[in-house]
Amino acid sequence: MLHTTLAYLHIPDGFLSSAVAGVGWLLAAAAIGLALRRTRGQLGDKQMPLMGVLAAFIFAAQAINFPVAGGASGHLLGGALAAIMMGPWAAVLIMTSVIGVQALVFQDGGLLAFGFNLVNMGVLTAFAGHLVYSVVRRLIGEGRNSLLIAGAAGAWLSVMLGAAATAVELALSGASPLQVALPAMAGVHALIGIGEALITVGALGFIYATRRDLLHVGETAPAQAEARWVAVGLGLTLAVAAFSPLASGDPDGLNRVAADLGFDGRALGPLYEVFSGYGLPFMGDPNLSKMAAVGIGTLIVFSLAFLAARWQRRRASA
Amino acid sequence: MLHINLADQYRRGASLIHRLDPRIKIVGTLLFVTAATILPAGAWLAYGLLWIGALVTARATGLGAGFALKRSFVALPFALAAITLPFTVPGRPLAHLGGLTISAEGSLRFLSILLKSWLSVQVAILLAVTTQFHDLMWGMRELRLPRPLVNIISFMYRYLFVLADEALRLMRARAARSGEGTGRSGGSLLWRGRVAGGMVGNLALRAFERSERIYEAMAARGFQGEIKTLTPPALTDADRNALVGWVTYLALLALIGFLF
Repeated sequence: MLHTTLAYLHIPDGFLSSAVAGVGWLLAAAAIGLALRRTRGQLGDKQMPLMGVLAAFIFAAQAINFPVAGGASGHLLGGALAAIMMGPWAAVLIMTSVIGVQALVFQDGGLLAFGFNLVNMGVLTAFAGHLVYSVVRRLIGEGRNSLLIAGAAGAWLSVMLGAAATAVELALSGASPLQVALPAMAGVHALIGIGEALITVGALGFIYATRRDLLHVGETAPAQAEARWVAVGLGLTLAVAAFSPLASGDPDGLNRVAADLGFDGRALGPLYEVFSGYGLPFMGDPNLSKMAAVGIGTLIVFSLAFLAARWQRRRASA
Repeated sequence: MLHINLADQYRRGASLIHRLDPRIKIVGTLLFVTAATILPAGAWLAYGLLWIGALVTARATGLGAGFALKRSFVALPFALAAITLPFTVPGRPLAHLGGLTISAEGSLRFLSILLKSWLSVQVAILLAVTTQFHDLMWGMRELRLPRPLVNIISFMYRYLFVLADEALRLMRARAARSGEGTGRSGGSLLWRGRVAGGMVGNLALRAFERSERIYEAMAARGFQGEIKTLTPPALTDADRNALVGWVTYLALLALIGFLF
């Protein structure tokens, strides 16, 4: 039987708060819009058939697994492989199609959660994977071994970043405290990342041996400088988001729930005072304002990264 | 782990829900999921109303009220991500487990997340099983999703099963060549990973070369990068009434969720 066996990075609906899910959708929309424009320039008429078939490839490739230990099996997520093969923007489109159909048809990942599912598994994996791959490749030179080492590093790190981002989003939504979610996600995915790296390396080795020319598509994809800035921007965003709950002095968010449990069900804003004797140091809903702050911060960082890329590109072409 | 058969999810039918305009179904599903998401934790009455809505809709599809229920546990493994909440959220202690304290607040939040997720999945299933993929894509296009993106996704779905078959053949070949025993089979972990990777690389080449052939066949037939579509039929009164009824129901239950 053929299964898709991705589990822990596909966030279902209900786990992300509405504000966090909304920010995810904004980020995803920005990434998709840019990716459509960039790949149109890169591929022209071929955009639809090539992206469509390669998306089907990643979908099917996720079903190819190998036994690791104790019934667990390794399999591919694919963002890094797609980015190494086709460039990061094309990889975003490919992963959008994969994750979109998984959510829409197979209920693998939620509909409102789609935004951050795409950011975690499609955008972060593609840009981080590609960035690490190209940096490592530049450091240790051309050749088969450098290709494989760079591919392994890119693949492993892409999964780790996706997992870390998932943990941060769950923490911001109040679904899991960061001090638990982050080590747990990072720990599990440090192992899953090894499976990702092994398969990516195997695939790259095979392509290198048979159709070496294909690997140049990804290396010469347009808007590389821009892609680098996006990767940096996303990394910064993640760091900012990870530290914001600590900075707020309320690592746990959602005090509303505690208030709800009080005496007679849900109460609106001012009624919180009733529960102040209950040991709650908060009035109102600090979670919501925190979310909004994080959302706005995210967008600012993202726009800055994008503007920096535009500026760099204009300077390069001048 | 999620185990999802790579197969078309659509179930043939002629029910009211099947016949609704895809646009209405997509928007309705998103509204339902949004309502479930914004409800505060512990709004049991509103959750109950949501569930009734999901059950009534499932019944209206003609597939039976329990249809979506049976498949609605796919997202459950993810609950693991939130399982620490009862222990980590401070609050009134309910019970002690080893050195850990289970708080009422944490348990409430955990159960709420689980319920919201479970309800959302049920309605998402109904959308997928009552709407053909082609119609879903058509609805997305009419709802102003970027046209090239919709085209790419439609294209992907068209070739998804072709490539899934190729993947199956690769896996069958591997199984035939390497005796499958219990526990680990084949060589070292590194070797097994490389074999799986080789299969993925193989599949990548087949996909890439197939896409070139497809593009050339399309170009030969006059493809110039755009897909032409028919103008959409107007929404019927039944579509409009369904949407208005659905929005009213969701708005009322959201109100109930926040007030009581």
